[in-house]
Amino acid sequence: MALRAMAAQAATVLRLSSQPRIAKPLIIPLSLRYSTVPEDLKYSASHEWVKVEGDTATIGITDHAAHELGDVVFADLPESGTSVHKGKPFAVVESVKAASDVYSPVSGEVIDFNEVVKSTPATVNKGPFVEGWLIKVKLLDKSELESLLDAAKYREHIESSGH
Amino acid sequence: MSGSKPIMRLLRLREFPIFQQLQVEERLLRDTQCNWCIINDGTAPPSIVMGISGKPELLLDVRAVIQDQVPVIRRFSGGGTVIVNSDTVFVTIICNRDAVPNLSLYPHPIMRWTEQLYAPVFEGVPGFQLREHDYVLGSLKFGGNAQSIIKNRWLHHTSFLWDYDNIQMQYLKLPSKAPSYRLARPHGDFICRLKDYLPSRDLFLQTIVSALQVHFIVQGSTIDDTGQNMPSKSPRTTKILTSVQLDSFLTDCNPKV
Repeated sequence: MALRAMAAQAATVLRLSSQPRIAKPLIIPLSLRYSTVPEDLKYSASHEWVKVEGDTATIGITDHAAHELGDVVFADLPESGTSVHKGKPFAVVESVKAASDVYSPVSGEVIDFNEVVKSTPATVNKGPFVEGWLIKVKLLDKSELESLLDAAKYREHIESSGH
Repeated sequence: MSGSKPIMRLLRLREFPIFQQLQVEERLLRDTQCNWCIINDGTAPPSIVMGISGKPELLLDVRAVIQDQVPVIRRFSGGGTVIVNSDTVFVTIICNRDAVPNLSLYPHPIMRWTEQLYAPVFEGVPGFQLREHDYVLGSLKFGGNAQSIIKNRWLHHTSFLWDYDNIQMQYLKLPSKAPSYRLARPHGDFICRLKDYLPSRDLFLQTIVSALQVHFIVQGSTIDDTGQNMPSKSPRTTKILTSVQLDSFLTDCNPKV
């Protein structure tokens, strides 16, 4: 009996020690599976990004927004010389069956718009942060940048929105 | 206030011109903060309505449209081209972000929610589903959908084919971008008439209102409540194409033999 008990105990120990270490599953939030969030940009809560170089801001929509919208088939962008205002719509993109407003994270004057996006709207989905930029703006008030989100806060925003 | 439903203001119209309806909708979406449902039972005159990016030279038999003086409207929402008349039933839903709990304001989630909304309306009718972006019975489309989404509000409108005129359908070309289930079928083989599946038009409209009442407290409103004659706070996108504009697309068309 004692020997059997020892054997059982040994078997238990052996089973425990021979259990493969089960790695904790890497839980990637659904939103971040699809979303790239470059560190060097600023973001708005309505899913636009801003890249500031001197007094010029380049604006586009984020990878998260581009993914959620689906294939962009049309982009109505403002002409150079148009004024844009922080928090106000400046463009419309069409995807699936929806026309969706795009909001400016900053105020200023449009100095360039992306002709490639106008002629090939899918560029927004292909490269939302590089070739898919929408407009360039001469900034009116740089202090507006302070209220935008950094990459970490934008990731949190995506998470908390339940996307 | 947990468990309370949001209020939905219901505007019932009949044979209201579609251009004016779209203008009202655009205004209600952008300039008001209420939830709205607009049901327009038919429209006159028969009109062609394109989405925001619609190109007449690609979507229409422009020569025939000009010859027959059919109004062509470019609306503020996305989506495709329809020809509408007194046999079309229009249902538009305009909501605040919090009107539907946990709804993500993007096209697919909104579309899927509307499928849930309309499911009771088509209870007992085999094959109702949202297929790609269309409401279908099996593989036959019976409603065209389009949306407009702004920061904290969204609009989803549908033109339901209670019946349709085969001759009028000929104004529409086969679009270059079509859902995969269409399989290059011409209009007549791709769409169906709801009157062939539902007992009555009035009952159809009533069940839509009942379906809304599952989600909202529905309150009747009048056209005057929409403030349609008040000045707009923001630019309007919905336009009727002029004859000069339509003529300019003729150079892109093949001449009729």
